[in-house]
Amino acid sequence: MKEALINYTLHLADNALILGHRNSEWCGHGPILEQDIAITNISLDLIGQARNFYQYAALLKADGSTEDIFAYLRDAPEFKNCLLVEQPRGDWAVTILRQFLFSNYQYLLYQQLQNNEDEQIAAIAAKALKEVVYHLRWSSEWVIRLGDGTEDSNQRINKAIDELSPFISELFQPASYEKEVGIDVSLLAKDWMEKLTAVFEEATLSIPANPNQHTGGKEGKHSEHLSALLSEMQQLQRAYPDSEW
Amino acid sequence: MVKTRIIPVEKIWSILETVTDPEVPVLTITDLGIVRGVKINDDQVEVIITPTYTGCPAMDMIAMNIRLALIENGFQNIKITSVLSPVWTTDWMSEAGRQKLKEYGIAPPNPRQQVCNNDLFAQDEAVQCPLCNSYHTHRISEFGSTACKSLYQCDDCREPFDYFKCH
Repeated sequence: MKEALINYTLHLADNALILGHRNSEWCGHGPILEQDIAITNISLDLIGQARNFYQYAALLKADGSTEDIFAYLRDAPEFKNCLLVEQPRGDWAVTILRQFLFSNYQYLLYQQLQNNEDEQIAAIAAKALKEVVYHLRWSSEWVIRLGDGTEDSNQRINKAIDELSPFISELFQPASYEKEVGIDVSLLAKDWMEKLTAVFEEATLSIPANPNQHTGGKEGKHSEHLSALLSEMQQLQRAYPDSEW
Repeated sequence: MVKTRIIPVEKIWSILETVTDPEVPVLTITDLGIVRGVKINDDQVEVIITPTYTGCPAMDMIAMNIRLALIENGFQNIKITSVLSPVWTTDWMSEAGRQKLKEYGIAPPNPRQQVCNNDLFAQDEAVQCPLCNSYHTHRISEFGSTACKSLYQCDDCREPFDYFKCH
């Protein structure tokens, strides 16, 4: 049970860290200044969430692990993030769509987790939920702008839907450790689809229904994109072990 | 025989009132409402703080500045504990803090839950310009120079300004 709770906490942390890192790739490259600041603010929130979860996992593990060891010294198969968050940032439409798909999920998940029997998980979720509300609103508005925007923006977001829709069902398929800690993510699917439908209708977009679905990230089976991301993110700590700011 | 002197809690609070937020230096941490408690256990001083935003990078620096302020005042056994619950909101900010923000040129947070909802394209909050006091302002971006602020512009005096958003 304790092992499952550690793995579940790491799963929550890894989702937040990897998406935070992906979004941070936009720093200095956003389409306009205000949106560059927005996406990097969202990165900061996500990396903050990851830190809280990693610190808690370290406390549970009680073997000298630290948040930095979890982030910088694990290899790809040890990461438990879903495949959606590790996909390349793509163009602005891919980044926006991914943020919307994920924030919609995270919003519903944290609403559940804020009442979790584990007090620390509940506290982190309750704290982060206030920020996820901003992420969800911002990304929803952008999906609508792009879908119901110009011909170019509409084409791009449709292409993004094709690229990212194979990674949706994994969000709602419980991993072994989720079952053990009593979290049933499959129950979130209905509300998630309801929100997506409302936003997509306003954006004049069709609901994604891609029969080719990929899973495995939550159990450590990742796409090659995660290794590339980690080799960049962990480079300094690997080249200069134990270096500190 | 050396008798341990009793540390008065008020003394600690008065020291904490001198520690400022590194990103909004006119505000002290007690103005912000992020100090949740002070405990004295024999010769140990424990300060309990809570973050404003999950990813606020100022928190590590604030914890260090608290430690330094206490060391300067002769305390050695210091413990800083960070708690997440109950969640910090802008309602924890003191009235003095709000006034200082305004004088500094940052619009203080509106009372919470005014329009902090999830509706898309919701109307901007009516935020008063900290310079000319006009309510004729509009939001440029929900995300600003730090996690806790959004960017506004006054339609009367034309000055852009930061708004410490309600949270």
